[in-house]
Amino acid sequence: MAQITEQADIRPLNGFGLWSEQIAFMALVAFLIVAPTFIYPVLLMKALCFALFACAFNLLIGYVGLLSFGHALFFGWSAYACAHAAKVWGFPPELAILTGTATAAVLGLVAGSIAIRRQGIYFAMITLALAQMMFFFALQAPFTGGEDGIQAVPRGVLFGLFDLSDQMTIYVFVVVLFLACFLLIYRIIYSPFGEVLKAIRENEQRAISLGYKTDRYKLMAFVLSATLAGVAGSTKALVFQLASLTDVHWTMSGEVVLMTLLGGLGTVFGPAVGAFIIVAMQNYLAGFGQWVTIIQGAIFVVCVLLFRRGIVGVIAHALRIRL
Amino acid sequence: MKRLSTIAFVAALAAGPAYAQFSDGVVKIGVMNDMAGTYADLAGPGSVIAARMAVEDFGAEKKGMKVEIVSADHQNKPDVGSNVVRTWFDVDKVDVVVDVPTSSVALAVNEIAREKNKVFLISGAASSDLTGAKCSPNSVHWTYDTWSLANGTGNAIVKTGGDTWFFLTADYAFGHALERDTAAVVEKNGGKVVGRVRHPFPATDFSSFLLQAQASKAKIIGLANAGADTTNAIKQAAEFGVVAGGQNLAGLLVFLTDVHGLGLKTAQGLIFTEAWYWDMNDANRAFAKKFAAANKGIHPSMVHAGVYSSVIHYLKALEALKSDADGTKVVAQMKKMPTDDKLFGKGSIRQDGRKLHPMYLFEVKKPSESKYPWDYYKVRATIPADQAFRPMSEGKCPLVKG
Amino acid sequence: MFELLGIPPQALFGQLLLGLINGSFYALLSLGLAVIFGMLNIINFAHGAQYMMGAFTAFFLLQFGIGYWPALIIAPIIVGITGIVIERLFLQRLYQLDHLYGLLLTFGLALIIQGLFRHQYGSSGLPYSMPAQLSGGHNLGFMFLPNYRGWVVVLSLIVCFGTWFVIEKTKLGAYLRAATENPTLVRAFGINVPRMITLTYGFGVGLAALAGVMAAPIYAVNPLMGADLIIVVFAVVVIGGMGSIMGAIVTGFGLGVIEGLTKVFFPEASNTVIFVIMAIVLLLRPAGLFGRAN
Repeated sequence: MAQITEQADIRPLNGFGLWSEQIAFMALVAFLIVAPTFIYPVLLMKALCFALFACAFNLLIGYVGLLSFGHALFFGWSAYACAHAAKVWGFPPELAILTGTATAAVLGLVAGSIAIRRQGIYFAMITLALAQMMFFFALQAPFTGGEDGIQAVPRGVLFGLFDLSDQMTIYVFVVVLFLACFLLIYRIIYSPFGEVLKAIRENEQRAISLGYKTDRYKLMAFVLSATLAGVAGSTKALVFQLASLTDVHWTMSGEVVLMTLLGGLGTVFGPAVGAFIIVAMQNYLAGFGQWVTIIQGAIFVVCVLLFRRGIVGVIAHALRIRL
Repeated sequence: MKRLSTIAFVAALAAGPAYAQFSDGVVKIGVMNDMAGTYADLAGPGSVIAARMAVEDFGAEKKGMKVEIVSADHQNKPDVGSNVVRTWFDVDKVDVVVDVPTSSVALAVNEIAREKNKVFLISGAASSDLTGAKCSPNSVHWTYDTWSLANGTGNAIVKTGGDTWFFLTADYAFGHALERDTAAVVEKNGGKVVGRVRHPFPATDFSSFLLQAQASKAKIIGLANAGADTTNAIKQAAEFGVVAGGQNLAGLLVFLTDVHGLGLKTAQGLIFTEAWYWDMNDANRAFAKKFAAANKGIHPSMVHAGVYSSVIHYLKALEALKSDADGTKVVAQMKKMPTDDKLFGKGSIRQDGRKLHPMYLFEVKKPSESKYPWDYYKVRATIPADQAFRPMSEGKCPLVKG
Repeated sequence: MFELLGIPPQALFGQLLLGLINGSFYALLSLGLAVIFGMLNIINFAHGAQYMMGAFTAFFLLQFGIGYWPALIIAPIIVGITGIVIERLFLQRLYQLDHLYGLLLTFGLALIIQGLFRHQYGSSGLPYSMPAQLSGGHNLGFMFLPNYRGWVVVLSLIVCFGTWFVIEKTKLGAYLRAATENPTLVRAFGINVPRMITLTYGFGVGLAALAGVMAAPIYAVNPLMGADLIIVVFAVVVIGGMGSIMGAIVTGFGLGVIEGLTKVFFPEASNTVIFVIMAIVLLLRPAGLFGRAN
């Protein structure tokens, strides 16, 4: 994926990145503060969950160059684990999310160790197949509730203090969680570890010859990506009080690819922008039935043919800044 | 009341009794179902037509009641469905959700309607949990449920000599429930379950499972699945000569539109239970004619009839209460009043939310017996209302006291 | 009567045969994928959608009074032509890019095609009746074999080995193989490589459409009939490895049989068995059974 991430890689001047990124980040925060006054908060929270999911996915495709077509596996199974922990075991929300995240991490380790044995399209097909296998497990396993999913998941009281059944309280919680993970991903990208990942993306053979055990780095990145996807999935389960098959189905894996591609592979803000656009489109065009799928397909085609940098990538390139 | 405009208020006064208590002046009915998927023909856009016909026949406009109908596609996914319903209740001020086939989505909507104190009229969904462990003071389960299908079909077939069964079961919660309920009925009536095979869901190829069913030598092969799985299994059973080999198929969840899709040549002889059939009396036929004209010629299924009947009864309850604000109260009123409409006749709603009416055991006609389009069923038996549904004592519904 | 793990041997024969029938579809589809991959280096995600288009085309042809037998030839040609258009319009622009873009593009195309068909025809499926000559069946003693299913196995074996023969044993095949290795050199011999690539894509797509026509009479003609199937075929491809045409054929039939046996011994796992095998093969032999290491 070297072609699309050719922007000048300037190291951050301080811990919080470049001025362009700071401004974009401030704009994001400001938007999230104002938005609930004119956008239905549940919709915003959905968009945030997907934005985090897409950012986690981008860690793998954008910075290691590995296209996973099975990320729904981590998103969906973390949702199941979180919902089960909250509903059946009566865990408070923070522990339920932790359970979901840990589940995603373990699954990431297992799937990652199988998938990184091949590169490129094989990697994509393997992740897709593994995710499909786990989809069938989810369909049959008794604890997932089959096609009913796990319903009426209690949102609970965060740290024993904040009652998440209140719409605004959970909104603030989701925003804070999203921003924290977003900054964490940013830190990972520009850490020495992240630099090695980029080196692998550009030229794996050279990275190997420099003495890096690239498989280990790739696996590590895979697990990190899966874990963060797990945070997103767990949070979604609490917001919607539901964990269902949709989240583990391959269409979900496709959607996260679409969000990231549209926003800009290998950009910091791109996946979040892409997620917001896709979620908004799905919501406001829901009445048009199949046209949503058709439009999504068309976006794929247009992005691949004409628009490989994605929205944020194009803006960044035009303004010669990093976003 | 809050945002009722003066003009509407005056108009309502002029039209007769004042319906001043409706939240924001409008009764908003949300029809949600599968608009393009497997269940699009048996529910889908047809349910919207049925709801509209109910509003017209009730004469809402003449009575000064302003009724709006909105619709949405839940794609058979509980998360899509709950998303839509939340937005409907929170943002669009919808008062009642109707239809909702696919039990998983219905169960999700059931919870949200209870949480937001709205009304949920279920026609398309099958799970008998909706009036059992998951019953709600805000819901009425109108048309049919898994228990009544299993009971009707299981009972009748065992009594007419089909006493050994082999189940072809879709391997997920719904299929398991259908199999469990039917097996219980079969065994209660002295029949025997000689085997079962769980097929993946969804499945396209049933040949392997049919072969196992053939080897079991059971007289009846019970299809504990739904939608495309059922029709595929029936088609392939014909291909493998199952019926020709002396075994019979029993569909546990078959709709008129499925039979239409299969064609009589393949579906003939199939026995199953339904709540309503368009060709049973003049009132039904008149309804079907009008309905089909508006619905690309597709005749109404029992789900459509249930939507019609439940919306009529809901509006009647509003008329009596003069308010739609409190969902629990509306449903309580619906339970208090006996039901009476041209499609289902007289009936009642039980404390647990179960609407009671007779169920019918149908057999699909041979191609030679079918005289005109959509002439598909003959009635084999009528199951009276008091025997058609699960006794309340067995349902474990928390609303039922003592 | 109960001899082998509780399954009478006759029934086992029956199940093996049924597995072979399902394997025919896997083999045809993975063969198409292998041919396309070999020439274009693209994993054709739209393959499932094109399989579905084949079935639909047969259905449309029937509306014009064109029956199953002509459809068997006409439908793959029509769908193959749409494939050629797709290659000319879109895929051609991607050859110099990372292979992943081909995957993403064809994925998008699959969404568009499936969406359009669902929009137009719903997803409850359309009926397609069996050709009269092949209805009915034979009692083989151990099972009742519908004639049509027997025909499916025979036809797909013929097509698979025909393709293998053309690619591995003829001059045309030699050019094809050479063009995969070194397009510039082949072009120097005066062969129009881009046109060859276009036609190859059309041919691979045609194979998918042929499988679709063959599936129409036994499975419902449904806009989503290829959506899940393609993922299984991907797993088949990973197991076989993209090394050889023969590999794709053998793995396709073989996995069909294994899946068939699972349906008898452990039906709950019949959806997942191919994926499990894929994981095991990857752990032991990352390049696949017939694949060459990178």
